[in-house]
Amino acid sequence: MSEALAPPGVERPDPVPQSCVEFLQVEKRFTADQPVLDGITLALPAGLTTAVVGASGSGKTTLLELVNAVLEPDRGTVLVFGEPIPHRDLVAFRRRIGYSVQGAGLFPHLTNRDNVELLAKLEGWPRERRRQRYLQLLEEMELPEEVSERYPHSLSGGQQQRLGLCRALMLEPALLLLDEPFSAVDPITRVGIYKTFAQVQAQEGVSTVLVTHDMREAVRLGDFLVILKEGKVLQAGAPDDVLAAPADEYVQTLVTEQL
Amino acid sequence: MRLPLRALGVTLLIALSWPASAAAAGGAVTVGSKNFSEGYLLAEMAAQLLEQAGYDVRRRFGLGGTLICFSALTAGEIDLYVEYTGTLSQAILDMPLDAELEELREAVAAYQLLLLPPLGFDNTYALAMKRQRAEALGIRSIGDLRAAPGLRAVLSHEFMERADGWPGLSREYGLQMNVTGIEHGLAYQALNDGAVDLTDAYSTDGEVERYDLVLLEDQRDFFPEYLAVPMVRADVPAGVVAALERLRGRIDDATMQALNSAVVFDKRSFADVANEFLVSEGLVAARNVGVSMWPGLWRNTLQHLKLTAAALSLSVLVGLALSLMIFRRRMLARAVIYLCGLMQTVPSIALLALMIPLLGIGVVPAIVALFLYSLLPILRNTVTALTTVDPTLIRVAVAMGMSDAQQVRYVYVPLSLPSMLAGIRTAAVISIGTATLAAFIGAGGLGDPIVTGLALNSPNLILQGAIPAALLAMATELLFELVERLVLPGHLRPQP
Repeated sequence: MSEALAPPGVERPDPVPQSCVEFLQVEKRFTADQPVLDGITLALPAGLTTAVVGASGSGKTTLLELVNAVLEPDRGTVLVFGEPIPHRDLVAFRRRIGYSVQGAGLFPHLTNRDNVELLAKLEGWPRERRRQRYLQLLEEMELPEEVSERYPHSLSGGQQQRLGLCRALMLEPALLLLDEPFSAVDPITRVGIYKTFAQVQAQEGVSTVLVTHDMREAVRLGDFLVILKEGKVLQAGAPDDVLAAPADEYVQTLVTEQL
Repeated sequence: MRLPLRALGVTLLIALSWPASAAAAGGAVTVGSKNFSEGYLLAEMAAQLLEQAGYDVRRRFGLGGTLICFSALTAGEIDLYVEYTGTLSQAILDMPLDAELEELREAVAAYQLLLLPPLGFDNTYALAMKRQRAEALGIRSIGDLRAAPGLRAVLSHEFMERADGWPGLSREYGLQMNVTGIEHGLAYQALNDGAVDLTDAYSTDGEVERYDLVLLEDQRDFFPEYLAVPMVRADVPAGVVAALERLRGRIDDATMQALNSAVVFDKRSFADVANEFLVSEGLVAARNVGVSMWPGLWRNTLQHLKLTAAALSLSVLVGLALSLMIFRRRMLARAVIYLCGLMQTVPSIALLALMIPLLGIGVVPAIVALFLYSLLPILRNTVTALTTVDPTLIRVAVAMGMSDAQQVRYVYVPLSLPSMLAGIRTAAVISIGTATLAAFIGAGGLGDPIVTGLALNSPNLILQGAIPAALLAMATELLFELVERLVLPGHLRPQP
């Protein structure tokens, strides 16, 4: 990495082997007084699932949107697989990153299949390849093939979320960003999706950053935890380490209350 | 986004380069008329005379008023119409009312127009009484009224107010009489029933003949002359002038009264009455004037469809393109919608009139006016829909890696489609309704029978325009329902 990427006097974090995302002294503010992200320096492991936990207003969604360049940092640098975010051709950059949100954000005017295949169509994938990948994802996410010609409103909340994940994974991205993906689903359904998701994540080998307010979900899905509060990282590490040694009172509360 | 603008530009260019004179183009002559029954009748006579002389005649009757006729004539949209000397001097040329015919002739020459010899009658104001009553009282002239102050007189509201009406007249003749205002059409009825003794009249009204009225002599020449004179463009072929000059002095007041009466009271067609008169004068051969209303009805409906379809396609093109250009800029979008709303508040007939100096009369200004009217519902619905698309879906579309154009094509537009279609549907129905006004500026369509029907007070004719227009509007609604069924998935269709 060249010196220019890090502000002078800032040490890069300890080299984590193959980070998927690195934040270097990242600051973002929407209003003058209170920064949403206050000098975040953080490296997220590649190939694994990182769970970012925080209450609403902690800046966790902002953190996610800095990764796929929906937002730009006011200061600092974001690296994705070791490369700074390009200034040009953000469209191509974002297509290498899967994205899904709470409630799945499916397009109501497209059939379930078209929702999943849309990006591949825009990428110019031949029909055969599209169909093959689509069916593969349906199977991995345990969705019946009959849903294909129907519209999203006819699916249950859990099915919609599964389909949203199919869409996010369609282009075989190396990185997957999930913004509270399971919050709108009832607890029982959620458990089923957790299981499926964990399998799919491993099978696809996709580095995942998942943002949630639910400590239980974070521990369940995350290989790496980041605890965020008021724009600052309170603690980052493997779930076991966090659970065993909460860095402060806030983390301690999260651990005891939610588990 | 550039293409629709270019299409609009081309359309406007075509509109502006409309041929200057209809007659110069070949053996065709366009005859215009104002929208009252005498105007139609005289124009029909002129048309039949010209057809007799071998010209191919286009009829653009029922134009909405003096200024529209005159602008149409100077712009070459029509080649001739019949005007009245008093109107010409006062309303058009701004000359004194007693201007001589020769002076008028010189004045219109400046507009490249010719004034042909008067047809004979003088359609001016007059005071009318039942013949029996007038004879019984020995009243023959306006001056005689001084001796009969007890007469019950009702006057039309306009006549009571105009300087060249009652105020001037009573001063000139020293009349002292109580007068009351009344709606003109009712005055004749009251006179005929013997409820009143005296009213004002136009000297060629069919009622004069029908109700056996006498017009009191105006010894002091108080009322100005309103001689009917054909006015033609100077660039018409000499044969046109020659054909029209054959009408010189042929129609006196009584004849015109009888002809008007035949149309108004006997409900005979203009063409029929005009033909009968011309045949009796030995000017044209008798011809069988068609009585079937179907060909006209069909032609009008077709013309109506053409007008609305052209205007609607234009407003869909411009409305959608404009919406897509402005919807991301809130302030601009609001300003544009506000402007369009403002346009909507201009009464349609005023908008049509304002359009004449720019685009003349006929199809083009009608389409432009209809276009302006149908733009608002399309623009407002589309912009509103585009700006209220679920922001989550847009965030997802951006984050997924869709370009601006792809967001518009795959997210914004399909999600706004139900509202867009609803806007276009509203615009279509508005256009069909408003297009009936296009007849006032000679664009034809289903407004033609309505305008003529209004001039003749003929519900039958009015319905010949109104019923097909209503049916068209209903058919349009059904058509759009069908389109919605075809292009929208069930759950996105508006619920009835």
